[in-house]
Amino acid sequence: MANNRSMASITTAKAARSWSDLRPERRSQVPEGLWLRCPGCGQLIYRKQMEANLHVCPECGHHFRIQAGERIHQLADAGTFEAMFEDLRPKDPLAFEDLKPYAGRLKAEQDRTGRPDAVVAGVGFIKGRQAVLCSLDLGFMMGSMGSVVGETVTRSIELATERKLPLIVVSCSGGARMQESTLSLMQMAKTSAALARHDRAGGLFVSVLADPTTGGVTASFAMLGDVILAEPGALIGFAGPRVIRQTIRQELPEGFQRSEFCLKHGLIDKIVHRAELRNELARLIDYAGL
Amino acid sequence: MATYYTLEFEQPLRTLEEEIAQLKSRVDALTTGQGPTGTGLPEDLAQAEHALAERLSRHSQTMAELYKQLSPWNTVRVARHPSRPQGRDYIELMLRDFTELHGDRRSGEDPAIVTGFGRIGEFKCLVVAHHKGRNTQEKLRCHFGCPHPEGYRKALHKMQLAAKFGVPIVTLVDTPGAFPGLEAEMRGQAEAIAFNLREMSLLPVPIVSVVIGEGGSGGALGIAVADRVAMLQHAWYSVISPEGCAAILWKQANERTNSQAATALKLTARDNLELGVVDAVIDEPPGGAHRDKVLAARNLERWIVAQLESLTQLEPAELLERRYQRYRGLGSFDLAKQEAPVPG
Ligand SMILES: [Zn+2]
Repeated sequence: MANNRSMASITTAKAARSWSDLRPERRSQVPEGLWLRCPGCGQLIYRKQMEANLHVCPECGHHFRIQAGERIHQLADAGTFEAMFEDLRPKDPLAFEDLKPYAGRLKAEQDRTGRPDAVVAGVGFIKGRQAVLCSLDLGFMMGSMGSVVGETVTRSIELATERKLPLIVVSCSGGARMQESTLSLMQMAKTSAALARHDRAGGLFVSVLADPTTGGVTASFAMLGDVILAEPGALIGFAGPRVIRQTIRQELPEGFQRSEFCLKHGLIDKIVHRAELRNELARLIDYAGL
Repeated sequence: MATYYTLEFEQPLRTLEEEIAQLKSRVDALTTGQGPTGTGLPEDLAQAEHALAERLSRHSQTMAELYKQLSPWNTVRVARHPSRPQGRDYIELMLRDFTELHGDRRSGEDPAIVTGFGRIGEFKCLVVAHHKGRNTQEKLRCHFGCPHPEGYRKALHKMQLAAKFGVPIVTLVDTPGAFPGLEAEMRGQAEAIAFNLREMSLLPVPIVSVVIGEGGSGGALGIAVADRVAMLQHAWYSVISPEGCAAILWKQANERTNSQAATALKLTARDNLELGVVDAVIDEPPGGAHRDKVLAARNLERWIVAQLESLTQLEPAELLERRYQRYRGLGSFDLAKQEAPVPG
């Protein structure tokens, strides 16, 4: 499987020169160290082994959160992914300032993650099937959607429509980005409008939901998949559990808003283990006849 | 003057209003020769009338000043004023021959979104309006204007009906946000909103949308994908409420942080006009829509009718292309310099 390859080995000559490859990537979002405790089973597990296992706990199958580079690395056939729309850079249209200025936050996140914003997109192959691939990056401001994420997702959709390629978007996000206020909100309308055209043109869109997918991302493109797949145990919802708890003033049921709960309530099509994701995507692309 | 809920920043008005009420009854008393005298008020009719006129002019002046420079946080308060006209008020004041249609045909009927056919100006229209509730019972039924998925699905069901018969759509937005609850999540709140965003972008009839009070995030946008979007002068529209934003980014929501968040979010009508998110700001009567509902409704109606007049001139394909481009162009980003192509 893809897991033993280094990031460098899958990047093509062209992609290797891209902005995001000029800086080191953080391999994962779990704290550094040789061993770590799995939040799923509480076992002490060997990090290398977990990482080699697609960042899934070898003991209990807990799916650790992964960043966008690792996601693409896991999904695309080796050496086939060509990143696109990498020239998009976030701005600070509102001159937003809370405890920290947004401009400063952006800079810090860019330095830390080596990405301009919370998304990676491009064209690649999945088991030999060409597709437009897009993944949000939870490590960058909680994968929140501002103008750059919205524009990148929209361009990905338009590209898929134009080239009649299947579209796969992996979502993991805290929602619309507060620091761009209504401009972030409008990205929900923009991406959804592009998906409307993709849909009417007969295009396939498989939405993959990873932990967590909430807010404005869920309430736009993430829930508009022709097929919606979710990783096991992912938190998927519109409102966050904390807000809901405050509203209804009672404890939430066990497993509320998790993938398994969503499946039971008919909100998603299927829960797919990370190791099966490539197979499932390839299968769906074949069934759509693309 | 009627007793009504007074906003904190309106305290100077409140004091004047009390004086005005006293002077009015004094003028009445002096005119009819009945009623109390003394209490330090003018004993002379001309004097009393003069004092009354002076207070009235001071009142309108003070009001104009206060409302001219409303802070963003005070704008939010005006937008939430309990007497502010709501969806049903505007329906009653603007539409003729309104016939309400209920239910999403799937799971329920949500009174937080009102839908039905009516006539505005010379146009037939389908109206979709958030409604918060005007008394306690109604507020509880409407969840204070926070719709459930069935509200959004009802809205789309009726909008599709309008599209089938070529009837333009008018939506009035006024919600703190979509309802954040257990049942709402189970029935697919996110999907309901997302599906509206997708499908509204393709409805082949003119859609005109106005934020009349609160434009609370996705819950507002869920009925606000339109060819033309406006905000009433003292409405707000944001990705999150100031309180929600303060709680997350300032780690606590209180008067100070809510106010800071309201400012940072650029949520006023003027701000959203500058950002290009809305196309127009509709003036409210002096002192806000709640002080003169009839005038507020007249301004709103005039703007909506003007939009329908121009939008109904467009062919559906042109209408949809423009609608697509309207949203396609929203967002703010830079383009990094492209690197030179790799030789060979
Ligand atoms: Zn485990």
